Amino acid sequence: MIGIVDYSLGNIQNIKNALEKLEFPYILSGNPAELRDCDVIILPGVGHFGSAAGTINALGIKDALLEIAASKRIIGICLGMQLLFESSEEGNAKGLGLLKGHVRKIDTPHVIPHLGWNTLESSKAALEGKDVYFIHNYMVEDAKDIVATSEYGPQVPAVAQKDNIIGIQFHPEKSGDAGLKILEQAILGGF
Amino acid sequence: MIKKRIIPCLDVKDGRVVKGVNFVGLRDIGDPVELAKRYNEEGADELVFLDISKTQNGHDLMIDIIRDTAKELFIPLTIGGGISSVSDIRQLLNAGADKISINSAALKDPGLIETASEVFGSQCICIAIDVKYDPAKEDCFVFTHGGSKDTGIRAYDWIVRCAELGAGELLITSMDHDGVKQGFDLDFLTKANALVDIPIIASGGAGNEGHFIELFRETDVSAGLAASIFHNKEVEIEDLKHKLHDEGFEVRLT
Repeated sequence: MIGIVDYSLGNIQNIKNALEKLEFPYILSGNPAELRDCDVIILPGVGHFGSAAGTINALGIKDALLEIAASKRIIGICLGMQLLFESSEEGNAKGLGLLKGHVRKIDTPHVIPHLGWNTLESSKAALEGKDVYFIHNYMVEDAKDIVATSEYGPQVPAVAQKDNIIGIQFHPEKSGDAGLKILEQAILGGF
Repeated sequence: MIKKRIIPCLDVKDGRVVKGVNFVGLRDIGDPVELAKRYNEEGADELVFLDISKTQNGHDLMIDIIRDTAKELFIPLTIGGGISSVSDIRQLLNAGADKISINSAALKDPGLIETASEVFGSQCICIAIDVKYDPAKEDCFVFTHGGSKDTGIRAYDWIVRCAELGAGELLITSMDHDGVKQGFDLDFLTKANALVDIPIIASGGAGNEGHFIELFRETDVSAGLAASIFHNKEVEIEDLKHKLHDEGFEVRLT
């Protein structure tokens, strides 16, 4: 069973649609006890890092996720990926700290947000050369465990993976068939 | 490198895709979900649904269309038309929309751009701007109501203001070029693009593949949008993207 973390922020409808298309059973829950019973956790999110981190703390989800992370797969998508890292300058807040690195505003000569389809560069065959859909203003910096990037001035971290913790900066649920395959592989074991 | 985006726009009235003929009479050209699927297969990078319904029932049908489309298509959906409040935006995002396009409501209350981008994140707030040239004043102005009402606001001023208020993207339609099929308003788009550092979707004037090549060669806009030329296959998206690719532009080939 997949547990989508529900913290009343951002749009989770399209992640639900993608899981239905891929035929994975899921629940949507903000209840730490229910989330502990799931095999895989998806941490979604669009919006503001500071408010998201605050909500996760307030609902007791942060502690549950830190505990779950010891034994189960956690997949953070977009802002959900950023929340896996140590901190962000957006709202000057702490993240879960499951991955090493900090989140900063994208420093690029190009327009912000980094919005649209970009190509993944990776040593992993499942990711290399795939076109995927990004939409974000902030990115992870000084990170270890990055397994795919996309060039947008700097190399933007696109997928992070350390053991059972996976972060995906783009929207696999909005990246056509290529995106659905990447999401499926993340759920089934990573890259 | 980021790809140039090709975006078909579907005008939806009371649950059907329609096409205006010289701003009078609307012709029914199909079921929105079916047309969306066709565009997905042809390699459209995003879809814009513009709800031009005049009734509550028509707006409610739009919610069903978004829901049905989002269940089958996994590409970004932008919804515009008659959106005037944070609760309208929330309802559309919950149904499966990815970006919300706001036009006249933002002109009436610019604070909505600020509020909406704070609540939902600037990345999903796209401001649609309809622009017309006034030869007497030798300047461009923002129009509403399909180009019939002059707001008196200078287009360049409004573009800068939208970006300052937190818009994540601008959808700029040149009304003088719209429907004429003589190419995009390259001069205006170049100037507009130099004023802001958020992405711009260019709309109005595309009549053939060459117009898109010209658009991306002459300006730095992020995307080109068109409606009827895609609907009636005067321009096929798949061919267009291969042409752009051959011309050296980064595009997503499916």
